[in-house]
Amino acid sequence: MGYEGVPGLVETNEALGETTLVVDPARVFEACTYLRDELGFNLLLDITATDYLGWGATPVAGYYGTAGGRDLNDPAAQGYERTPEPKSTRFTLNYHLLRVADDSARVRLQLLLDDGDTVATVVPVWPTADWHEREAWDMMGIAFDGHPNLTRILMEDDWEGHPLRKDYPIGGEPVRFSEAE
Amino acid sequence: MAVVERKPEIYAGSRIPQPIPTVLLTDPALEDVLTVNFGPNHPSTHGVLRLIVDLHGEHVVGLSAVIGYLHTGFEKTMEQKTWWKGVTYPARVDYVSFQYNELVYVLAVEKLLQLEVPRKATWMRMALGELSRIHSHLVYLGTSALEIGAISMFWYCFRERDLALDLFELVTGVRMHTRYFQVGGLAEDIPRGFYDEARAFCERMPKAVDEYEAILNENKIWLERTKGIGLLSADDAIALGQTGPNLRASGVDWDLRKREPYLAYDQVDFDVPVYHGGDVYDRYKVRVDEMRESTRIISQCIDRLEEMQGEPWIADDRKVVLPPREELHTSMESLIHHFKIVTEGYRVPEGEVYVGVESPRGESGCYIVSDGGPKPWRVKFRAPSFAALHATAACATDAAVADLIAVVGSLDAVMGDVDR
Repeated sequence: MGYEGVPGLVETNEALGETTLVVDPARVFEACTYLRDELGFNLLLDITATDYLGWGATPVAGYYGTAGGRDLNDPAAQGYERTPEPKSTRFTLNYHLLRVADDSARVRLQLLLDDGDTVATVVPVWPTADWHEREAWDMMGIAFDGHPNLTRILMEDDWEGHPLRKDYPIGGEPVRFSEAE
Repeated sequence: MAVVERKPEIYAGSRIPQPIPTVLLTDPALEDVLTVNFGPNHPSTHGVLRLIVDLHGEHVVGLSAVIGYLHTGFEKTMEQKTWWKGVTYPARVDYVSFQYNELVYVLAVEKLLQLEVPRKATWMRMALGELSRIHSHLVYLGTSALEIGAISMFWYCFRERDLALDLFELVTGVRMHTRYFQVGGLAEDIPRGFYDEARAFCERMPKAVDEYEAILNENKIWLERTKGIGLLSADDAIALGQTGPNLRASGVDWDLRKREPYLAYDQVDFDVPVYHGGDVYDRYKVRVDEMRESTRIISQCIDRLEEMQGEPWIADDRKVVLPPREELHTSMESLIHHFKIVTEGYRVPEGEVYVGVESPRGESGCYIVSDGGPKPWRVKFRAPSFAALHATAACATDAAVADLIAVVGSLDAVMGDVDR
């Protein structure tokens, strides 16, 4: 499978049997059109944004090993402090694509984004992107250029903030009838 | 009053409304348009869906969907819990096919851990997964037939649904949201008596499906209200991200159990029903046929599971899997492992994976990111209902207001899955 022709391709990663194509965010529309028309990825499964704010800020300690044959006496299996590999940008945006055909295939298209970056919409390529992009906007605050109706979808219209961001508090509901009142 | 024309043939070209696919826009030239609010609390919305419908006589001329009433923030919550505790949540996302959501999360974590699962667990996961498919289709059939007037269907379907839930109760102790699948295998061994009960269920189910079909297949009202209604062509279905029964009813032979076999689906014998009408009736036919196929798969699983009596049901990996309860009284090492897993949780190697499975509603996917710590960095569910509901506007083109209820029912969106 040749992904070399994908416009704006920065990097191809293979891990655990999955292919990730890192693409220049400015050329996402071209890349998606190419993937649909030339490589036959006709079904967009999902658009997921991930916030990496604070990634690697606290080292991860502890044990883990491999399946079967995990040697509990191996000192390396007992763990020491380590930090995950740093990310170059705060957000990633992942498009999970599927080719519904006899030679089925999957690929993940990944964009690296910073806070405030906008991305071209892919609604003209896959109409199903409409709701997924609205969800990414609602939950993570990723703005899509040219989206026909970029409004909140899961939260209320007048909601403030983007709940799935790492700096969005988990609690924060004001306590009524507290002593302060 | 305008009379709605019936067009039973599948249409040519695309029907995805332009320019905004979310919304079916009303033609501004139309006069006498009545805007009706439908839901969010309406018995036929399968939860809390709100549709704003523009009507011209009986015609649906404009449509927009408002979702989010059931948004509970599962993805945010799961980021705060350890991997181990997180297993509780997915089942509550799509609460009708609970077992399948549990499965997809567990498979994703196992993929990152590269953990081998004993074959007994794999086959039991298949058996319970198919049982939950039958359960989900029964709920679909009972409620969506009820909504368009076939009230007795509800009693028939819920009769068998209760038997399916009895089986879940027998195995796991609870009827729904079982938390029976664990990372590494199953929580407990398969109890005595399950095989006989499951066999009895498998024997009964095909006859019950015959009964459902006897009620509906010749029923004039049912046929009038489902045939040629809510049309969706194969191209439109793919463009709108449809998977599962909705896609197969539009003539696309696509089932992950055959295309990308997970668990042990490559070792069982079953057929994938495909229909070409793309209407409400064919979505019903696909699901009814699938119930028969699922019954076949369950009986094959039972046959295989019976040969595996006495085999382990969970991986023997003390860094991830809780030690057997009885060891805690005598083994210090087991007690430490138990304590560490329950309090701190196990750690999952750094990385990101996506796993997709064929749930009763289509491709249910789970995308997880780990930073190597005891809690997920990001969990995202690819909800088949979310995509299914998006197709409402395309399906409702040329529909009458009463058809809208048949269309929403046939797409089988579960609002818990849509809103997460």
